[in-house]
Amino acid sequence: MIELNDVTKRYPGGHEALSHVSLGIAKGEMVFVNGRSGAGKSTLLKLIAATERPTSGSVVVFGQNIGRMRRTGLPYFRRNLGLVFQDHKLLYDRSVFDNVLLPLQIQGLTGHEAGKRVRAALDKAGLTGKERARPITLSGGEQQRLCIARAIVGRPQLLLADEPTANLDETYAGEIMAMFHALNQVGVTLIISTHDQSQAQRYGGRAIHLAEGKLL
Amino acid sequence: MNAWFAHHAHSFAVAFDRLRRAPLAALISVLVIAAAITLPAGLYLLLDNLKKATADAAPRAELSVFFKLNTPEATARQIGQVLQQQPDVASVRFIGRDEALKRLEKLGLGDITAGLPGNPLPHALILRTRDSNPAALDRLAETLRKRPEVDRVNLDSGWARRLNAFMQLGERVIWLLAGLFGLALAAITGNTIRLQIYAQRDEIEVARLLGATDRFIRRPFLYFGGLQGLLGGLTAWGLLSLALFLLHGRIAELAAAYGSEFALAGLSWLDGMALAAISGLLGLIGALYAVAHTQRSLRIA
Repeated sequence: MIELNDVTKRYPGGHEALSHVSLGIAKGEMVFVNGRSGAGKSTLLKLIAATERPTSGSVVVFGQNIGRMRRTGLPYFRRNLGLVFQDHKLLYDRSVFDNVLLPLQIQGLTGHEAGKRVRAALDKAGLTGKERARPITLSGGEQQRLCIARAIVGRPQLLLADEPTANLDETYAGEIMAMFHALNQVGVTLIISTHDQSQAQRYGGRAIHLAEGKLL
Repeated sequence: MNAWFAHHAHSFAVAFDRLRRAPLAALISVLVIAAAITLPAGLYLLLDNLKKATADAAPRAELSVFFKLNTPEATARQIGQVLQQQPDVASVRFIGRDEALKRLEKLGLGDITAGLPGNPLPHALILRTRDSNPAALDRLAETLRKRPEVDRVNLDSGWARRLNAFMQLGERVIWLLAGLFGLALAAITGNTIRLQIYAQRDEIEVARLLGATDRFIRRPFLYFGGLQGLLGGLTAWGLLSLALFLLHGRIAELAAAYGSEFALAGLSWLDGMALAAISGLLGLIGALYAVAHTQRSLRIA
């Protein structure tokens, strides 16, 4: 499903975030990308999500080479992904319902079917009853679950989560990881960046380690 | 097709929501647009009314040819027949001196000639030309004046032609003003949209990450521009109607004092709709310009 071949990512200014990384991830896998801050975890996820392009090497996702993809093709590619961010990236002037509805509106889905899918995603995220609330009124854990509901409402084949539990206490972090585990059980491929090395053992996924941009 | 409609419905809803969320800012923008539209539209309306009021005095391609008193009727008629053959002459009407006198008496001006030994009026020809161009009329008048039988040639529409020239100048000024204010309208909308784009960078970034296309991002801004322009145009229509309503009585009084039944005519439904549509179109153009110039912000992700 995902192939990285000798990938290097160098940012303007010369900082090399990833150096000659080669990696393969199969469909249905749950992969934890471990490493300290600045190890290149976020860059790896950005390359897979096609929000960055590799400086050299190739990143192939769903059989498509990200480096060669046309700019106009990127939105359609991203609709196959679910993205979960450490800082949630929620729209605070919209309701919980409207935040989850947004990916479906982007895909041109509205009306009864869209509403049904939003409610199902909110149900999975344990946010039923909070549809009309504003994200700012939710706790940190609930905001992260809202972010996950938004990520899964489009029924993505691949879910990328960048430090999804970094700012959460143990209880909330446990809830989030349990959600990811449940999603993986129904066939969703997951790549989760984290600095907590024990999560892979606890949730039964594959762990890969990055240090200073290199795969260990 | 459903997705296409869904996208447009979503874009319209987002644009309308942006107007609704900042009602004061939207109201100010709409009023500024309305003011920019009202001035040239009001002047256009004024000129249109003036045109109607002076329609009877519009310049006619008509010449009056008066013969010398000693010219025989047969000669005058013959000259009329020759002129009728000319390609630039549409019609020639002969008015004999006896007929002219009768007309004068009919008008109650018979006393003027009563004391005179004979009929002082000459034979005359009334010529209508195919070409109303002033230069062509002048050329024909000059040719006729050179004939030995002709005493005088009157080009009666001089003042009306001056009025027409004034109207044309007025029209030109209105179009210039309309262009200028149209540009202002597009600039106002463009600036509003540009500020909106900067204010919504985060939202744009999120939408981009979730798979939004350029068109999806752009469309609500375009709808917003068009909607704001349309509301400005409708407001301008309303303001013009209100102004006409307030002036109607006074104008009617003034016209009555001059023995006229002239009344100010407002914009027709078609004109009003055209005004709103043009305003909406200018808003859309402003939005297109703003979006094109802030493209980098739209591609934030």
